[in-house]
Amino acid sequence: MATLTLYIQYIVNGLTLGAIYSLIALGYTMVYGILKFINFAHGDILMVGAFIGLIVYEALLGTSTSPVWMMAAFFIAMIVSMVLSALLGMFIERVAYKPLRNANRLAPLLSAIGVSFILSNGAAWIFGTQSRRFPYPFDNTPITFGGISITPHQILMLVVSVVMMVLLAFFVNKTRMGKAMRATSLDQPTSALMGINVNRVISLTFAIGSALAAVGGILAAFDFRVYPSMGTMTGLKAFVAAVIGGIGSIPGAMIGGILLGILEAVGAPLLHIPNGLKDTVAFAVLIIVLLLRPEGILGKNEREKV
Amino acid sequence: MRLLSTEHLTREFGGVIAVNDVSFNVEKGLVTGLIGPNGAGKTTLFNQITGVDKPTRGNIIFDGQDITGFPAWKVSRLGIARTFQNIRLYKELTVVENVMTGLHFKVGKDPFHGRFLQALKSYAFAQRENREVYGKAMEWLRFFDLDSHAQDFARSLPYGMQRELEIARALAADPKLLFLDEPAAGMNPAETEHLMEVVDKIRSLGVTVVLIEHDMKLVMNICDQITVLNFGTKIAEGTPQAIKQDKAVIEAYLGKEEE
Amino acid sequence: MLNFFMLILIYSGVYALMAIGQNCITGSTGMLSLCHAGFFCIGSYATAIMCKVFGLSFWLSLPVAALVAGFVGFLIGVPTLRLKGDYLCIATLGLGEIIRNIATNINPVGITSIPRASLFGYQFASRNKGAFIILIWAFVLIFYILFQQLAHSRLGRAMTAIREDEVAAQSNGINVTKYKISSFVLGAAIGGIAGCFQTAYTLTVSPSSYTFMVSVMVLCTVVLGGMGNAKAVILGAFIIQFISYFQQLTGLTNIIPPQANQMIFGLILVVMMIWRPQGLLGRDKYRYGDPRTMRQKIAAAFQPRKKGGER
Repeated sequence: MATLTLYIQYIVNGLTLGAIYSLIALGYTMVYGILKFINFAHGDILMVGAFIGLIVYEALLGTSTSPVWMMAAFFIAMIVSMVLSALLGMFIERVAYKPLRNANRLAPLLSAIGVSFILSNGAAWIFGTQSRRFPYPFDNTPITFGGISITPHQILMLVVSVVMMVLLAFFVNKTRMGKAMRATSLDQPTSALMGINVNRVISLTFAIGSALAAVGGILAAFDFRVYPSMGTMTGLKAFVAAVIGGIGSIPGAMIGGILLGILEAVGAPLLHIPNGLKDTVAFAVLIIVLLLRPEGILGKNEREKV
Repeated sequence: MRLLSTEHLTREFGGVIAVNDVSFNVEKGLVTGLIGPNGAGKTTLFNQITGVDKPTRGNIIFDGQDITGFPAWKVSRLGIARTFQNIRLYKELTVVENVMTGLHFKVGKDPFHGRFLQALKSYAFAQRENREVYGKAMEWLRFFDLDSHAQDFARSLPYGMQRELEIARALAADPKLLFLDEPAAGMNPAETEHLMEVVDKIRSLGVTVVLIEHDMKLVMNICDQITVLNFGTKIAEGTPQAIKQDKAVIEAYLGKEEE
Repeated sequence: MLNFFMLILIYSGVYALMAIGQNCITGSTGMLSLCHAGFFCIGSYATAIMCKVFGLSFWLSLPVAALVAGFVGFLIGVPTLRLKGDYLCIATLGLGEIIRNIATNINPVGITSIPRASLFGYQFASRNKGAFIILIWAFVLIFYILFQQLAHSRLGRAMTAIREDEVAAQSNGINVTKYKISSFVLGAAIGGIAGCFQTAYTLTVSPSSYTFMVSVMVLCTVVLGGMGNAKAVILGAFIIQFISYFQQLTGLTNIIPPQANQMIFGLILVVMMIWRPQGLLGRDKYRYGDPRTMRQKIAAAFQPRKKGGER
């Protein structure tokens, strides 16, 4: 019985962690769906989002300790960070990727590596390399039901992620712009002929992906702290999530993220992976997933037309 | 004599049957045309035979050997060369380098195949080997009147010449069987005229040719034998004269006549 | 300042070697690999272990470093080279990090006081930078010539054919897998040799010096000079090292933080891709069938260039 509750506990932890991976994975998958390239800088946008969130939150909070104001400040900070990250994402797309849309396949990838380097080192220059704590805007004492404990932070992660994903699903499936987005990811030239402004769709995709990454970054920051290279590992894991779910597929990214979160939360204690080798295992999983199932669970197997 | 035959060849793409139970023969020394409406499975059939893709069912027999499922590089080494519907040249290489690459397995040996020393030799004496490969490549370019462009980048050639260069590259491997996938697509009438001469010249070299083409004038003029595909199925086979009068073929192209 | 200038010459030699290796993989064969830091690391460690633990001379450990790095390249290449473009890039990034991670776990502090390299009784001490410059650049020259020979041989043509069009290459009878692996192994081996020289110069190895940043710097070197052009890549190595040591060279260490250089590397990648994807010097167009003998070609190379001469 004790082990069962333990595992339920792991799954709960995994679910909340996975929700964040899903949010970040959505950005990878949406961009891949439309431009067929991996936005290497996505992880760094997450980091920038977390920094913006932290700075705005601390500035708003000042010396106030009122719990209501703390929550309000947090949500304001999150929204400001989402907006600024969205603008950053759109700016990066305009400057670094748009001129390369017709270049060979390696070009945007190399450009993205460059952007990632600029962002992470720029952040290190401005904010220093020390990691900072993102204070909880509430009392983070775990709540326990029947041996399973869940922290308010975890509840926040779940609620925010679910709300974001529901909004995204609504946007993509029910609105005109969402329809345009799906059409563009299926066939860009035809969509353009049908009067869809492809440039706007791509801009919007980057904006949404970056805003979601910012939310993911802020939510992750409570546990992982904020530092200039925080985006690399979290970004890569989210990328794995996107691949597991089938890159290019929006529901796939959601499922993949949650699956990866649970795998990580259950697998790490189950297999007794030493701390020093955690990254090695994560990378090994990444490579195995790429090799064995590059099209993921929900992805389509695309073949080159000869 | 039969050079190539497919037996009940079928290729499915997740429920869509692109090639359906096609048994198709190619006689040595003839020019065989493969025609059919768009989406009939002609290129898919080419891809199965040349090893670019693997068939779901059925066999491919080339020169008495079962080559079903062989990788493309192996198939080409047995003597099947091809061109592509959307020209696939090495665009950033020069014209002569393209043909030299076509000679890849004719001169020199691969590394890591129990022939490491030979590969090393091929590397150490690259200059001498290059001279030989270059000489042969230039012969092919002269054959196609492309020798004056030998040092130009392949991408800088006009369209018609690019098509011819692709054929030259394929022929450089000295194939027994040459597949041409819509060689006249996008060509103007003068270029098409020239292409017919080229195919004639290729035939005179003793190379068997199979071509996919939509230009009926070209097909009817140069093919000895025609096979017609529609919706992945072979609907007719015969001489150009017979095909012209075949009811099923006319229906496939023009639709069924109202009763 | 002269001191730093000499340091730049040494490190641009090391990076030129690495870049020749990366160029073989990325420039010639068109595979975007991001684990050159891993091969560099393996070469360094192999040399350190050979020299310190087994007491071998530097000259013996040089081929060992190349072989070990090449072998690891083979082990990595066989499964991953099936992947294309973006996926290959991410997988190799992961593998580079795994190599560093394993090195950190086995040997977190690194290896120090490695015996010096010597040649005919002459000891290459770190303070004799001039001798090192000659040693490293002699090897850069050797590998440059070997690579040029390779690029214009059957193997090199097969590699460029794969870069240009994999499907067409297969249909030309090129066993794509085999040539991809060959290219990867060669590139890895040259990366290992670069690691060997790094060890010989610093006489210490530490896992913290083989980060992802090194891989990006090497990639940047190749992109800046010109993919597929060995001459350009050497020029790229010099420029990149000049940027890296700019503060020390000009005495601005307190004013410009090290992150600025790395931002410049990132900027170089973006700007080059947009402005000049073929690199500063562009592709190296080789003229086959030049009737001149090697001696005439060398003589011509030293002649002042005539205007409007034959291409």
